[in-house]
Amino acid sequence: MKIGVYVCECGSNIASTVDVEDLVEQAKEFPYVEVSRVYKYVCSDPGQVLIKQDIEEKQLDRIVVAACSPRMHEPTFRAVLEDMGLNPYVLEIVNIREQVSWVHDDKSKGTAKAASLLKGAVLRASLMHPLERKKVGVTHNALVIGGGIAGIQASLDLADMGFDTTLVEKSATIGGKMSQLDKTFPTLDCSQCILSPKMVDVNRHPNIDLLALSEVVEVDGYVGNFKVKIKKNPSYVLADKCTLCDDCVPVCPVIEHDEYNQGFSPRRAIYIPYPQAVPASYLIDPNSCLGIDPLICSKCKDVCGPEAIDFDMKPEIIEKEVGAIIVATGYEPYPIENIGEYGYGTIPDVISGLDFERIVSASGPTDGTIRRPSDGKIPKTVVFVHCAGSRDPSKHLPYCSKVCCMYATKHALQYKHLVHDGTAINFFIDIRTAGKDYEEFYQRAAEEDQVIYIRGKVSEVFQDGDKILVKGADTLTGETVELHADLVVLATGLMPSAGTKEIASLLNLSVGMNGFIREAHPKLKPVDTAISGVFVAGTATGPKDIPDAVSSASGAASRAAGILAQDELEIEGTVAQVDEDLCRGCGLCAEACPYSAIEINAINKYGHALRVAFVNEALCKGCGSCAAACLNGAINQLGYTDSQILALIGALGEE
Amino acid sequence: MSYEYLKFGKEEKDFIAKIEEISGQNIYSCYQCGKCSAGCVFSDKMDRTVSQLIHLIQIGQKEKVLKSNTHWVCSSCLTCSVRCPRDIDVAALMEAVREYCLREDYEKIIISEISKEALDKLPNIALVSNFRKKTG
Repeated sequence: MKIGVYVCECGSNIASTVDVEDLVEQAKEFPYVEVSRVYKYVCSDPGQVLIKQDIEEKQLDRIVVAACSPRMHEPTFRAVLEDMGLNPYVLEIVNIREQVSWVHDDKSKGTAKAASLLKGAVLRASLMHPLERKKVGVTHNALVIGGGIAGIQASLDLADMGFDTTLVEKSATIGGKMSQLDKTFPTLDCSQCILSPKMVDVNRHPNIDLLALSEVVEVDGYVGNFKVKIKKNPSYVLADKCTLCDDCVPVCPVIEHDEYNQGFSPRRAIYIPYPQAVPASYLIDPNSCLGIDPLICSKCKDVCGPEAIDFDMKPEIIEKEVGAIIVATGYEPYPIENIGEYGYGTIPDVISGLDFERIVSASGPTDGTIRRPSDGKIPKTVVFVHCAGSRDPSKHLPYCSKVCCMYATKHALQYKHLVHDGTAINFFIDIRTAGKDYEEFYQRAAEEDQVIYIRGKVSEVFQDGDKILVKGADTLTGETVELHADLVVLATGLMPSAGTKEIASLLNLSVGMNGFIREAHPKLKPVDTAISGVFVAGTATGPKDIPDAVSSASGAASRAAGILAQDELEIEGTVAQVDEDLCRGCGLCAEACPYSAIEINAINKYGHALRVAFVNEALCKGCGSCAAACLNGAINQLGYTDSQILALIGALGEE
Repeated sequence: MSYEYLKFGKEEKDFIAKIEEISGQNIYSCYQCGKCSAGCVFSDKMDRTVSQLIHLIQIGQKEKVLKSNTHWVCSSCLTCSVRCPRDIDVAALMEAVREYCLREDYEKIIISEISKEALDKLPNIALVSNFRKKTG
């Protein structure tokens, strides 16, 4: 066996705290070391050439690189080994930058630590074996969960690339929260006008299978080969027969609050969510309909000419096989009734941001005239309270919801455009307008439309006659202020939707402290998740405005296509391996596995049915949890076997 | 601390409009960065900083603006106007407030009634301001 050792100076990053020359000399004395060298940047092209020459001239068969974290350059050096005909897994990287030079000041101690780490690595390398990368096939279909703007964009992108895509939406129509918005910042173009063409595209795209009123209930399998069960809930109206004539609606005796208009207008138990809904079909709300069970009213059915109403419709389970999944399950507004001092839910003229969107909308309950809920009067003074729920780690949401500064500014601007002699006052903590043309939008609201900004938070609001008394602070003058408003709009923060939480737990996705899905890397892998083949788009990872949600969706679609476009996928060789003779089938490993990669199967051995652990190598990430959990030592983590780790620890323990 | 009551009625709106008319500036262009106050050599002599005075105009607090000494301490050195990132002629705004005071006969000072002691103590700039008040 011949081991080559390469110590990197990383400019002065390593060399300033580790005596690299000394380290190289010490390494020459370690077992099997044929050559030991130092180089300024081993990752550079000349550095790689140095290793390649040595492999050729000195017939090296194990390589140890002492440099930065393997997260940085392991792929680089593995490629070097492969180029020279060596197995890429006979490489060991010692991290003497992040774990030595960057965290120590004392050069002699730093050098000693680096030397003992390097010795351990050399001993471990001497016990390494070539590993094999296995291949699995790929199903060229995709699943997108959630039909908001992110899910719509991801589905359209994938479908345009030629992949059959199933779009699953829980509610009766796609469109999500964006369909409820009136106008969008900073251009003030109408939200429905830019959204509905995309919704129509989804409906008529030959590669998209749209399943509305549906939920993903089970996901099995692994990257390239997921098996998905989708529950399609009944709409009780046959979409292919319904002619959208609306005859059923006036005869329905049930009156409910209309969710699309935030409860400000009525709907019947049989209804269409809104005129542009996709799929365009009526549905029956089973919770309020009198007719479904037991059948005591069938007025809608009686008047339905095309006989489209079917009270016997049952939920059905649809099974799909897909190669990649995109989670676009979105957000929901923070329940601002939790902020007692702001009076939402008790004072009728205190409304949420989404409520205001409906009130200002031409398709809303007031036909685009701004009227307050209590008495329908046009408000003359409107107070917009920023950070309603956001930036409040003690009781509510700890984070900035990112879009509220802009949408509260947009609301104030829209209000001033509709009520010219009105006064719009924004109470803010900071104005955050980071986005293309956002700052200009904010300045325009102040400069051209006289929207007033007061820096300070509102402390509380009271009903005072037919007005609302707002108590706030003006930290720029250092004074406390109060004023009477006709309407108070709370710029509500964003939190992960119930669906985001459900799907995260169904798919075993890790979530952050605030319940949003955690990205594989917050900067460099923003649309990947920890699970291969599962990507995330839109506000499921955190608050986003529409442009960000759309670009993350296109990003997720292109990442998913990277998998779907392949015929087979290579799997890392560092997976867990079970010794069936030692395994007693206790199942501790399966419990320890965070990726659901281990199953306990019965096999026939020595004429007996034995329970043994079976590792699905396509799911295994090589984390080693199972190997550590196994009481019998029956699981070996390939590339990190017990003997290799013991050799490493042995070297670290030497004086 | 008592609560200051904010109103945006006719009186407030007229006041804001008048200041804007005299100065030729849009008072709502100011986003309260404070650069004018930071660079003003007389900030420590003012009871409210320049940017605070502008903010009070924005929210229609006429009484507080007129009672302040800020605009009278201002010597129109124009440092604020040159440095304003929103390109507001801040000195013109100060001048507009002075003008407004004079037109309203607000705090009219009769030079001859100032005591000799006070005259000795007063800096020249204050006297110049006082002459302005008288001539207005």
